[in-house]
Amino acid sequence: MEITGAQAVMKSLEALGVDTVFGYPGGAILPAYDPMIEAGFEHVLVRHEQGAIHMAEGYAHATNRVGVCIVTSGPAATNLVTGLTDAMMDSVPVLAITGQVASTAIGSDAFQEADVTGITMPITKHNELVRAVERIPEAIKEAHHVARTGRPGPVLVDIPKDILNQTFEWSWSEDVDLPGYKPTVRGHGKMVREALELIATATQPVIYAGGGLVRARAGVELERFASRLGLPVVTTLMARGVLPDTHELAVGMPGMHGHYAAVRALQETDLLVTLGARFDDRVTGKLDAFAPNARVIHVDVDPAEIGKNREVDVPIVGDVKVVLQQLLQVLEDKEHKGQLEQLIPDAAAWRTHLKDLKADHPLLVEQPETGVLKPQTAIKAVYDTWGDDAVYVAGVGQHQMWVSQYIPWTRAGQWINSGGLGTMGFAVPAAIGAKAGVGRDTPVVAIDGDGCFQMTFQEIAAAVQHDIPVVFVVINNGYLGMVRQWQSLFYEDRLSQVALPQDLPDLLKLADAYGIPGFRVDRVEDLHTTLEKAHAITDQPVLVECRVHPDEMVFPMVPAGASNDELIETAEEWYARLADAQA
Amino acid sequence: MNDRHTLSVLVENKPGVLTRIAGMFARRGYNIHSLAVGPTEDARVSRLTLVVGTEAVQLEQIIKQLNKLVNVLKIVELEQDQAIEREMQLVKVNADPVTRSQIIEIAEVFRAKIVDVDHDSITVEVAGNPSKLEAMQQLLAPYGIRELVRSGTIALSRGTRSISDGSKLRMRQVS
Repeated sequence: MEITGAQAVMKSLEALGVDTVFGYPGGAILPAYDPMIEAGFEHVLVRHEQGAIHMAEGYAHATNRVGVCIVTSGPAATNLVTGLTDAMMDSVPVLAITGQVASTAIGSDAFQEADVTGITMPITKHNELVRAVERIPEAIKEAHHVARTGRPGPVLVDIPKDILNQTFEWSWSEDVDLPGYKPTVRGHGKMVREALELIATATQPVIYAGGGLVRARAGVELERFASRLGLPVVTTLMARGVLPDTHELAVGMPGMHGHYAAVRALQETDLLVTLGARFDDRVTGKLDAFAPNARVIHVDVDPAEIGKNREVDVPIVGDVKVVLQQLLQVLEDKEHKGQLEQLIPDAAAWRTHLKDLKADHPLLVEQPETGVLKPQTAIKAVYDTWGDDAVYVAGVGQHQMWVSQYIPWTRAGQWINSGGLGTMGFAVPAAIGAKAGVGRDTPVVAIDGDGCFQMTFQEIAAAVQHDIPVVFVVINNGYLGMVRQWQSLFYEDRLSQVALPQDLPDLLKLADAYGIPGFRVDRVEDLHTTLEKAHAITDQPVLVECRVHPDEMVFPMVPAGASNDELIETAEEWYARLADAQA
Repeated sequence: MNDRHTLSVLVENKPGVLTRIAGMFARRGYNIHSLAVGPTEDARVSRLTLVVGTEAVQLEQIIKQLNKLVNVLKIVELEQDQAIEREMQLVKVNADPVTRSQIIEIAEVFRAKIVDVDHDSITVEVAGNPSKLEAMQQLLAPYGIRELVRSGTIALSRGTRSISDGSKLRMRQVS
């Protein structure tokens, strides 16, 4: 059957089982938007192409399937750059399809021409400029495959307009043949055994659980492995929920704004069992002072992560879920032989020590019973209202850290945020994408800051138009809170360009303008009733503004570039330290 | 300590591959001493010879990052004592009737060829390992080098084995 390249794009996406694409039409991609009218998937019309790519990311985060976006050439494609980089940093499987000017015009500085494969080379896992219409099904299938396998990431396919219009004989096969792309799935058997032998000798072991476990959806395997050997677990910002925070082995989140016990666990440990984590600077602090007494086991599907930042004693390249299954298999075999005891480390005292640290260093908020509302209180109440079933999406900054710290996470995919790139404006579109993916029965709550919210709130229109009922909670403190916090702590409280007036814009009027219910709360005694009103609305998007006290800071905190041993638990502690230093 | 390492890299012969490799080196702050690229016995495959100056830990990262590029098929580090390395150099040197014969003498010692002669200059072509090229350059320098170009190192391993033995590419050989 002869079809056009544009029809082939639709058929390829259908063949891959794509149910939703996020996009925005325009000149070079116009041919694709005609057969899209009959295509077997939903299209969400965004208001800015950055919204399309973040929605695709949110969809992928929430469903663990590839998120797809389609936009035109030039400025539309360059508007994807932030989202592609975000997806690259956080290993999010995304397929971006961009229109390109006609192949005959490429290189002539034509209208809306940009070298999109050139621009996106360093921020995609792979990309391709399609040069022949017959190549379209293969290019899209390969891109989809590369995006979701190995270490997931964004892949971009750029298709010139004339090629979309050409016709060819359609054919489709499921096979993917990429001679230069063969990710390792199974770990090396010898290394798997060595890892277990090393764990057996440790007295203060800890599992350093990263986002790779979430991508691999390896929560069950992680829980079994940790429980079997009695290994405490810290979950990084990207791994929150992969082991429930209520689990007796859960120590909390490590890193710059981590829980005290989790930060100490990594500093004091004698063995890091690193699973799908990458020794990011926000976790390690000053690298050469990080986990100074630890030997290291490192499991990662990306060989380049192993040994990149920290020397490794036992490297294991493989899918972390499969490697955990291999580890569990060895444990089972040993158990049958009655030798399991030999592999269980003597870590009871260590576990007790971490439990004590956890109990002795809770997160601190001084919340008066009436009047002023603290942001942490608002966030805890949002969680109490929407509960464990909901998916929570954050932007970047103070609110993100509080959400990550205060919600007791229970499962992978429940927590969506921009970790590696720190993309402000992520929450609104990512939440819409997530909701499009998880469907009616799972609430999706975007908890955003007032700065972040103003970067991308135009996408509320897409949520309204396509009937995607997301809850948008804005923690409005009238400041770029995290920047203000740094100016307060590290620039002698000299505030520079961080004020965002709380009334600008009036968020209730904004909700009204979009035709959605809006609520505002600024007193703690009104919090629960207001949230309950919003919670009762499930058939349309809803906006809740929590006006909170502007002076709250995120603690604990390790100052940038400092050793994790210099963790500060309160502002008073920091100022006392400054005074000491000056004395 | 920065050592000199020679990498042979087989890549798919597709547009943009060289940009991907050069871009990866640039953004990760790796240093390329020389790069030579050309076709191989298989039209679908190009071969790059990269000479990098780096310590062992970073070399491992470079190889791993190269391997992540989807169009890269195979990477082999060629140890200097187990590989034949060659580079070509063309040197245009000032020459007058007095110095011309001296330059030709130097060229003979290095088994270089005189490829062009003019009233005031002489152009010498020499091939060999990089240290030989540098040695000749030093001897010619006093006469005044007007222009010099080097091809970048190319290299093959010694013995019968080939880099494409057991290559992933064999599997998709068109029948």
